[in-house]
Amino acid sequence: MTSETPRRRPRGRGRRRLSRAGRLLAALLLVGGLYTAFAPGLAAQDTPLSPTAAEGKALYDVSCITCHGRNAQGVEGRGPSLIGVGEAAVEFQVGTGRMPMARQEAQAPDKPPLWEGEELERNTAALAAYIQELGGGPEMPPGTNLSAGGDPGIGGELYRINCSSCHAYSGGGGALSSGAYAPGLGEATDREIWAAMVSGPQNMPVFGDNQLTPQEKADVIAFINYLQDDGDPGGVFTLGRLGPSTEGVAIFLVGITALLFASLWIAGKS
Amino acid sequence: MSTTTEPGPRAKAERPSRLAHAGRNADERLQAASPLRTLLNKVFPDHWSFLLGEVALWSFVVLLLTGTFLTLFFDPSMEHIVYEGSYTALRGVEMSAAYASTLHISFDVRGGLFIRQMHHWAALLFLAAIVVHLLRIFFTGAFRKPREMNWVIGVLLFWLAFLLGFTGYSLPDDALSGTGLRIAHAIMLAVPVIGTWLASSLFDGPFPGEVIIFRVYIAHVFILPLLTLGLIGAHLALVFKQKHTQWAGPGRTNTNVVGERMVPRYAAKMVAFFLVVFATIALLAGLFQINPVWLFGPYKAAVVSVASQPDWYVMFLEGSTRLFPAWETRFSLFGEHFTLSPLFWPGVVLPGVLTVLMLAYPFLEQRITKDNRIHNLLQRPRDVPVRTGLGAMAVTFFVILTISGANDVVAKSFDISLNAMTWAGRIGLIILPPLAYYITHRVCLGLQQHDREVLAHGVETGIIKRMPDGRFVEVHQPLGTDLEYTGWAVPKKMNRLGALAPAVRGFFVPIERPAAPPEVAPPAPNGHDDTGTGEHTRTDVERR
Repeated sequence: MTSETPRRRPRGRGRRRLSRAGRLLAALLLVGGLYTAFAPGLAAQDTPLSPTAAEGKALYDVSCITCHGRNAQGVEGRGPSLIGVGEAAVEFQVGTGRMPMARQEAQAPDKPPLWEGEELERNTAALAAYIQELGGGPEMPPGTNLSAGGDPGIGGELYRINCSSCHAYSGGGGALSSGAYAPGLGEATDREIWAAMVSGPQNMPVFGDNQLTPQEKADVIAFINYLQDDGDPGGVFTLGRLGPSTEGVAIFLVGITALLFASLWIAGKS
Repeated sequence: MSTTTEPGPRAKAERPSRLAHAGRNADERLQAASPLRTLLNKVFPDHWSFLLGEVALWSFVVLLLTGTFLTLFFDPSMEHIVYEGSYTALRGVEMSAAYASTLHISFDVRGGLFIRQMHHWAALLFLAAIVVHLLRIFFTGAFRKPREMNWVIGVLLFWLAFLLGFTGYSLPDDALSGTGLRIAHAIMLAVPVIGTWLASSLFDGPFPGEVIIFRVYIAHVFILPLLTLGLIGAHLALVFKQKHTQWAGPGRTNTNVVGERMVPRYAAKMVAFFLVVFATIALLAGLFQINPVWLFGPYKAAVVSVASQPDWYVMFLEGSTRLFPAWETRFSLFGEHFTLSPLFWPGVVLPGVLTVLMLAYPFLEQRITKDNRIHNLLQRPRDVPVRTGLGAMAVTFFVILTISGANDVVAKSFDISLNAMTWAGRIGLIILPPLAYYITHRVCLGLQQHDREVLAHGVETGIIKRMPDGRFVEVHQPLGTDLEYTGWAVPKKMNRLGALAPAVRGFFVPIERPAAPPEVAPPAPNGHDDTGTGEHTRTDVERR
C-alpha cells in the first residue's frame, strides 16, 4: 500500500458491516419466505385431514407404509408413490385384495381382501379419502350401477379396439410379458371396471375422460356386463372361452378318445 | 357260380322268383353281377386301428351334409351393412354381410347354431382323425411297397383338409378369421420373388380388399371339396385294389387277407360306425361351444385380441412363427435389392420342408433299407425301433410347436411367464425331439428283448421256487411249440398261450371265444368260397 496514490476516503468500517448483514438478512428472508410459500409438505400440513382421512392415515401407517413410504411418497425398489393416484386406485387395489401384496412379484394378483364386509368398505373408503386428500387424482362416481345408459353395441366396438388386445374378445384375460397378465373380467363389477379404467392399475393404461368419455365408459361396462350374462348359447361347456386352443384340446380329449373307444368296441364285436 | 337258392318249399316253384327275374334282367343289360360280387365279397381285416381312417371319412361326410345346410343361409359378401339382428351386443354395429349372415345362422335360423357347431367340430375331428390315421400308417409301416402312392395321396389329403379348414375358418369374417387371413397374407408376402404378386392377385389389391371372402368361399365350397373328394376316391380305390394290410397272426400271411366280408358284416359295422361318428360330432356340437363368432366382433384391421389362435391343425405354424427369431435378411443380387421377411423361415420354409420330408419318407426308407419287397403285413412299432423313434421325434416336434402356438393361453392359464414359455419352446424344440428319439428307441429295444425272453424261456408263471442251494428262481412255462407266425403279440400270460385274442368277457373284446384260426392251406381256387355247411367261422380268407 503506497501513500502517493490518491485515495478516496473509505466508508466507515461499521457502516460496511451493517450493509453486509442487511443484505444477508434480506436474502435469507427471501429464500425462507419462498420456501414457506411453495413447499408442498408444509402446506399440506397446514390443512388438517378430514376425520375419515385421518382414520385412513392410521391404517396406511400400519399396512401400506412399508412399501409406499411415509406420506405415500414411495420406496425405491418396493412400491411406487401414491401421490396423484386418487381414490379410484385405492378402491380398485384394496377392494379387490390386490393390496396389500403378499410378496413382491411380477404383478399383484387379486385375492380375498384384507378385511371383509362393512369393515372392508369403511377401511377402503378411509384409505381412499386419505390418498385423495394427500395428492389428489381420479375420483369415483357414486353408486354401483355405472353402466346406466350404456349401449353394449358401441361399448363392444370400444372394447374390441381398446381392451381386447389384453383382456381378450370374451373378457377372459390374457398373458403379458414377463409373468404379468391381464385378468379375466368375468367377475368384475361396474365399479371395479370404472376404477381400473380411470386409474390404470399395474400394467393397464389409464383411460381418462379425454380418451373414453364417461358415456363411453358406461358403454364399455354395459358391453362387459353383456359378456358376463351372455349365457353361452353354444353349449353347456364353454371351454373357458379361450378360443381355438381349448377347442383343439377338446377334440382330442373328447372326440378322438370317444371314437377310439368306439373303434375298440366295434372292432371287438362280430 | 352257384346260385344261393337252397332246396326248400320255394324251390319247388318252376320259374325263379320275381326278384331273381328282375335281377337277371338287370344283369343282362348292365353286366354288374360279377364285379359286384367281387366287391361285396371283399374281405376286410378287422382291427380297431384300421378304423381311424374311417373316422376321417365319416367326418368328411358329416362336413358335406352340414356344410350344404350352411350354404343355404351364408352370404359370402363383404358388402358393408349395419347389423339389426337378434344379438343385442352387436346391434347397430357396421359389419360385412358375411359376418351378419353368420350371426343370422347362429341366432335366427332354426338349428343353425347347432349345425354350425357340428360343422366346425366335424372339421376339427376330420383333421384330428387324419393325423391319428397318418400316425397309425407310419408307425405300422403300412406305407411300404406297394402302398407308397397311397401315402403320398394321404399327405396331399392332409394339406387339402388343412386348406379346407383354414378357408372355412376365414369365411365368417369375424375378428379372429380376419386376423388369420392377415397372417396368411403376410406369409404369402414372405414367399420370395412372387410373394407380392401372389398376395395382391389373390386379394385383388392390398389387404383386405373387397373380394377375398368370396374367393375363399368358392375355394371352400367348390374347388377344395372337389379335389378332396377326388383324392379320397383315389385313396379308397387304391385300398380296394391293393387290399388292406393286416397284422401278422395265425393263418395270416403276406399273400392273403383274413377278415370279414364286405357284405353283410363289414358293411353293417361301417354303417354303425358312421352313426357313432355322427353321434359323437352331434354330442360335441350340442354340449361344447365352439368358435363363438358373436364374441369376436366383425373384423377390423385395428382389432387384434390376445388369445388369437388358429384351429389346432394350423397352430404348429403359429408356434413356429412365435418361436423363430425375427430375422430379416436384406441382400442385393444382380443389382436388385431383396428382403427375406422374418416369416420366410417359420412360415414358408418350415412347412415346405416338412411336406417334402413326409412325401419322400417311404422312398427314403426304401432307399436306406434297400428293401424292395412287397409288404402286406404290418409291423409292430417295437420291431422297427429307428422308424418308431423318428416318428416319436416328429410328434414331439409337432406338439412343441402346437403348444407354442397357444403359449399365451398356456402362460395365462398356468401362471407361467410368457417369456419363459417362448424360451422353453425354443430350447425344447432343439433338445426334446432327439431325446424322444433316444427314449423311444430304447423302449422299443427293451420290448423286443422281453419278447425274445418269452420265446426263449417261456411265460412267467409267478411261481417262485427255492433251489436246494438257497437261490430263488421264477418258474417259466415254455411256449411248447414254435409260433407259426412272427411280428404279432407274443403271449405273455398263462391264459393267453396260443390264443389269438384274449377270451375274456368284456366290453371291448368279443364275448364268444375267438374262432380257431383258419386252415393255413391255400384257400380255394376261386378265392371266395365259403367254408360251407361245416362249423361256422368268424373269419374269411381272400387271396391277394
